[in-house]
Amino acid sequence: MHELSVALGIVKIAEDETKKANASTVELIELEIGELAGIELESLNFVWPSAVKDTVLENAVKKIIIIKGKAKCIDCDTEFGITHFYDACPKCESNFKGILKGKELRVKALEVV
Amino acid sequence: MCGTCGCGSETNGVVIQNPLELKNQQHHLQNHEHHHEHHHQGHSHGHEHTHEGHSHGHEHTHHKTVLEIEQDILQHNDIMAARNKGYFEAKNIFALNLVSSPGSGKTALLERTLKDLKKDLSFYVIEGDQQTLNDANRIAAVGIPVLQINTGKGCHLESDMIYDAVKKLNINDNSILMIENVGNLVCPSMFNLGESKRVVIISTTEGEDKPLKYPDMFHTSDICIVNKIDLIPYLQFDIEQLKENASKVNPHLQFFELSATTGEGMEAWYHWLKENRITLK
Repeated sequence: MHELSVALGIVKIAEDETKKANASTVELIELEIGELAGIELESLNFVWPSAVKDTVLENAVKKIIIIKGKAKCIDCDTEFGITHFYDACPKCESNFKGILKGKELRVKALEVV
Repeated sequence: MCGTCGCGSETNGVVIQNPLELKNQQHHLQNHEHHHEHHHQGHSHGHEHTHEGHSHGHEHTHHKTVLEIEQDILQHNDIMAARNKGYFEAKNIFALNLVSSPGSGKTALLERTLKDLKKDLSFYVIEGDQQTLNDANRIAAVGIPVLQINTGKGCHLESDMIYDAVKKLNINDNSILMIENVGNLVCPSMFNLGESKRVVIISTTEGEDKPLKYPDMFHTSDICIVNKIDLIPYLQFDIEQLKENASKVNPHLQFFELSATTGEGMEAWYHWLKENRITLK
């Protein structure tokens, strides 16, 4: 259940940034989470209420932008979508690839008042 | 809120202990009480705070500001990992992060490795478990400096725990630091500790499809040790299939097949350890 650590990381970022902006609470938080980031959204949603309790995020709306996985084959340079790390290149079937997108785990923006 | 037990305290509930020092101390229980008091204080504190914050917020006129943050959520862990890595590199410490499911034989592998190589190489060990000093006691019995990190409810080690533990361990230059992570094939994969190499251990009793079921750990590891090969005659286990599956997830994985119990295959692993420590210089 590393999602609790992740949620607390989000809370820390939100608290720090809200303070910096001299704001008192967050109304909307936008997160970018890649499909290959290793985050179970169900678990994140489950721990969310207890993680944000008594923080600037307590009443914030959480918006999650899912980023689909994308890789580039090292052998034939083909770019292709992936949903698993073990997906092979559709063109040459090589498993050697660089991950271009899908590992994101970011706080994109906060709307504070 | 603390990530360990979910209480309101700001302090983390992680405990770092030296098994040898503990033997000489009778204050164990007292320490525990202290710990709890602390938590409760944290609770009341936290509540007062938010109430003030609320009324404050309402007095203000509401004008929204959008802050474009674009910040990695694991940034704090990555920064502390980079600090650890810099420390390891400066002191020429070869640090290994050992990850696996519970019961794959991480501690047994460590015990054997330390016993066989402690004359040739200088070792230090950090043990990570939710509870107990059992593993640290096993390592201390081999005569190797060891610290136990108990993560409480935490399911993985984080780089700031290693940062604190390393300061206490006082590691000599040119040593090997073995970090045995919490037994868990999922969560530790996301948390870089600043290690030189990550070693995933899988035992023959776990089934050859584990790399496909838990790809993150295999994707982020450099070395894959297949332990308990002495049991293969009694199992329906296809080691080639396991390696094929793991290679699909991470084609760069280097494999060692061994049995920490019988000692079969350990030489290749020892050779790799010695080689890699030397190339670090």
